Amino acid sequence: MKMTGAEILIETLIEQGTDTIFGYPGGAVLNIYDALYDRRDRVRHYLTAHEQGACHAADGYARATGKTGVVMATSGPGATNLVTGIATAFMDSVPLIAVTGNVAKELIGRDSFQEVFITGITMPITKHNFLVRSVEELAGIIRDAFRIANSGRPGPVLIDIPKDVTISSCEFKPGPRFQAAYKSMYTQETIERAAEMINQSERPLIYFGGGVISSGASEQVLRLSETAGIPVCSSMMGLGAVPADYPLNLGMVGMHGTVTASKAASECDLLIAVGARFSDRVATKAGGFAPKAKCIHIDIDPAEIGKNVRVDLEVIGDVKDVLSKLNGIVAKAEHKAWTQYINDWRKKYQRAPKEDSDALRPWSLITAVRERVGGNEIIVADVGQHQMWVAQHYPFSTPRSFLTSGGLGTMGYSLGASIGATVARPDKRVVVFVGDGGFHMNLNELCTLVTYNLPVTIFVMNNSVLGMVRQWQSLFYKKRYSCTTLDRQTDYVKLAEAFGARGYRIESKKDIDSVLDQAFSCKGPCVVDCRIDRDEKVIPMIPSGKTVDDIILE
Amino acid sequence: MDEQFVLSVVVDNHAGVLARVSSLYSRRGYNIDSLTVSATDDPDISRITIVVKGDEYILGQITKQLMKLEEVKKVERLMPETSLFRELLLLKVKAPLEYRSSIKETVEIFRARILDMAPDAMIIELTGQQSKIDAFLDIMKPFGILEMCRTGITAMARGTSTLFNPENTDNI
Repeated sequence: MKMTGAEILIETLIEQGTDTIFGYPGGAVLNIYDALYDRRDRVRHYLTAHEQGACHAADGYARATGKTGVVMATSGPGATNLVTGIATAFMDSVPLIAVTGNVAKELIGRDSFQEVFITGITMPITKHNFLVRSVEELAGIIRDAFRIANSGRPGPVLIDIPKDVTISSCEFKPGPRFQAAYKSMYTQETIERAAEMINQSERPLIYFGGGVISSGASEQVLRLSETAGIPVCSSMMGLGAVPADYPLNLGMVGMHGTVTASKAASECDLLIAVGARFSDRVATKAGGFAPKAKCIHIDIDPAEIGKNVRVDLEVIGDVKDVLSKLNGIVAKAEHKAWTQYINDWRKKYQRAPKEDSDALRPWSLITAVRERVGGNEIIVADVGQHQMWVAQHYPFSTPRSFLTSGGLGTMGYSLGASIGATVARPDKRVVVFVGDGGFHMNLNELCTLVTYNLPVTIFVMNNSVLGMVRQWQSLFYKKRYSCTTLDRQTDYVKLAEAFGARGYRIESKKDIDSVLDQAFSCKGPCVVDCRIDRDEKVIPMIPSGKTVDDIILE
Repeated sequence: MDEQFVLSVVVDNHAGVLARVSSLYSRRGYNIDSLTVSATDDPDISRITIVVKGDEYILGQITKQLMKLEEVKKVERLMPETSLFRELLLLKVKAPLEYRSSIKETVEIFRARILDMAPDAMIIELTGQQSKIDAFLDIMKPFGILEMCRTGITAMARGTSTLFNPENTDNI
């Protein structure tokens, strides 16, 4: 059947499983949006306030479901506004297709109106990108893009389509859904060697990351831990893959991880890294992480092996597949002495959060939210202190229940991502935690939440400062608070109302219950201004370049 | 210890593939000595020869990061003992009458060729290993080098084995 490029684009996106597109129209994508108009019963389009919000929405959609997020934007500024969102998805290995329009081919390279070299700009933040040169190659490129975004370690792919390609036509033949492909590079001997190392170890520790969630390997991690009696800890990206209340789960490891997890890492004799990449927020000191341990690194991306730490055994493959094989042959064990050590640390370092006054403390809020929505929630956190408090205090129990920008640390991520999460999982209660700094960056997306009446509850942890930067200034810069005191006069309640949302305020601990009652009974979006102290800190903290020996506990 | 590695990279002959490969180097901070792109007998395939300085860690990372690029088909390190490395030099040197014969003598010893001759200058072509070209340049320097360019190394393994066979999916 003969179709225009615009029609082929939408048909191929649908063919590859797309039912939702986040985007923003413009001159170069007029034909595409026209084709979308005819197919609006087959694919939903969510119009955001800004392309960055659309990109985070597509990212949130992908993280909440494991499906491929799709975002669309026009040429020039539309395309450049996607850049932060694409980089966010790239750093956290999120499958994402970004479609940008470009000026017509004969105008490319002439600095035409709204022309930008987006394939050049996004080269280092995409797995691959395409400039479509003819309508004949369009369908094939879209299918390739889906395959690339979902194969091996997932990530974003950008497709740049000149306007003339969207209006030219050619024969369109439907094709099959993409098949994710990867090549495992381990042998049976590698698995046997890994099992042998595990069987021989006395103090083993599993350190897992977001790869376990991408691969859907929660069960396999749990089984390995149970069978071989191995305690587990995770990076922030791994939170939720193993229930927080699982007795051998030591929680998050690294800069703001639990003392027990960091101690266990520094004392273990075997570290089994699973779908994790030893980022500098985990291995805070190069060469100082797990110094006494032999290391098995299981990952789908060969380039991660040996990149940040020395590895004794590399197992390159899908972690679910590798762990299933490993679970088949690993010996049953208990490691009683080791778990006893760990339990002693746990007792010694367990901090009952201070609740000495009527002031609102971050963890009281987090705990109260958890009590109301626990079990059926998706928590979206922005970036900063509140993100760490959520990571530390929210007991995540299922994969894909915690969405946050880990690798890139994108302030302003949360509102956009919450749009994607809510439309992807209408069965879940979506809750946003955001700082007042990050909220101001992309609060424009409140209008999107209102337009589509998405019931997102937004808790602004408002301390009138850029808390995480202030914390570093406080600890390492002699309390010289350079440009981190905001003291903005924003009235969050009125702001929410002006956008058509509901607004509430929590000024002290005693307000929590009544406000949460109202906030969680809202049918649409609401903003809760939560006043916390500006000197509240995220602890424990291992400073950058230091180890657990230098941990800050007070 | 930093040493010099020669990598031969088989890539799709697409516009932009050189930019992808070279941007990887600046992004990850690797040190390139030279990079050459060559056509091959297959119009869909190009071959990039990269000479890079670094240690085993850098070599491993470069190889793996290159393999992650969609358009890279194969990366192989060529070992000096089993490969041929060649570079082409074009050299414009001052050649007034009184020095011409001694320049010509050097050219003959090195099996170089004189390509162009002006009243007081000539252009010389030399192909060879890096070390030979370095040695030649040392000797020519006193005559007065006006202009030079070196292509950078292009390389191939000795024997009948080939770097890339499109039928053999093992390569990809």
